[in-house]
Amino acid sequence: MSTEPSMPLWEVFIRPRVGLHHKHVGSLHAADSTLALQAARDVYTRREEGDSIWVVASKNVHASDPGKAAENFDPAGDKIYRHPSFYDIPDDVGHM
Amino acid sequence: MYSQGLIGADNKTEETQAFLDAFQKRIDAEEKIEPNDPMPLAYRNTLIRMIGQHAHSEIVGMLPEGNWITRAPTLRRKVALLAKVQDEGGHGLYLYSAAETLGVSREQMTEELLDGTAKYSSIFNYPTPTWADIGTIGWLVDGAAIMNQVPLCRCSYGPYARAMIRVCKEESFHQRQGYELVKTLCEGTAEQKAMAQDSLDRWWWPSLMMFGPSDTDSQHSDKSMQWKIKRFTNDELRQKFIDATVPQAELIGLTVPDKDLTWNPTKNRGKGGYDFGEINWDEFWRVVQGHGLMNKDRIAARKKAWDEGAWVREAAQAYAAKQQSSSVA
Repeated sequence: MSTEPSMPLWEVFIRPRVGLHHKHVGSLHAADSTLALQAARDVYTRREEGDSIWVVASKNVHASDPGKAAENFDPAGDKIYRHPSFYDIPDDVGHM
Repeated sequence: MYSQGLIGADNKTEETQAFLDAFQKRIDAEEKIEPNDPMPLAYRNTLIRMIGQHAHSEIVGMLPEGNWITRAPTLRRKVALLAKVQDEGGHGLYLYSAAETLGVSREQMTEELLDGTAKYSSIFNYPTPTWADIGTIGWLVDGAAIMNQVPLCRCSYGPYARAMIRVCKEESFHQRQGYELVKTLCEGTAEQKAMAQDSLDRWWWPSLMMFGPSDTDSQHSDKSMQWKIKRFTNDELRQKFIDATVPQAELIGLTVPDKDLTWNPTKNRGKGGYDFGEINWDEFWRVVQGHGLMNKDRIAARKKAWDEGAWVREAAQAYAAKQQSSSVA
């Protein structure tokens, strides 16, 4: 059994309905993209969870290093001037 | 889930006190631990063992019920049972992929199931000789599983918690269809009602054993609670299950086969709960160690499925390789 080559791993993304993003839901093993799509349909959409599926070979997903999360993402934390509420506008202007 | 890079990688961590303290601090702050995060080896191994066992249980759990699909008495029961068994297969797959994020391969897990190194829930080593058993399994076995799984939705390990949320959403129909089935038998002929009672008599105690050894004898509980892998102890969950299930049995006129079962108003901090009889732990350990009625059949069935599916896996991989090389050329 251990001589069998391992079945490639795929990440599965489902779009709940038109107009929304595809969202990662899990992974599965399949020999190629056609079989991966069929398996994803059976495993992840048994209750109308979506109307579109993407599968991506897991080896093609490159992730940021969680150890560098602070250096990557903290700098955005103090840039409050990127948000509209930072700016003072007279109330009389109404909605802007 | 981003696990490709982890399989076979050495997941060594320098487990200094400072590292362990920082990890515990994240856990205590209810932060989820994700696949690429550093984690103590014991945390990783506990989860691999636990999620692997859980996945195997889902897959082996298809066998006692799958056995009855062709003999379901009506089309309504047949579609329900088919959908349930298909869900169990799906649950196994969600869980295998969650385990794989910890660096164990699917092949290794399959191998460990087939050679007996990995365990699965002992409940599936009991036979299903009557149709009533299909109802009782849904009602009691899935009921006990839900009791276990709902708190696992808040497990500290992200992929496991997310898989459990999907599983719990789907599992609720399993219990309801089972209870409905048993209730229907109870409203039928005297013979049908007796079949339901006989089934409850056989499944009650094994269902209580599903929560695992008593807290005083459990090898794994303390650390799992500290790491928030588990939120309740085995005994706490067992008590919740009994308190929820006894009234359900009474409602349809069935008798729980425990002569020591009595309502104790002081239990559960004054809310009341049932005192119950002694569980036969010898039987529990016997079945865990492989001497249940169906242990050999279950593994033989999984091995047959794996071996007879080998040519399909090989053909699919060969076809994929051929397509790949022809698209390059």
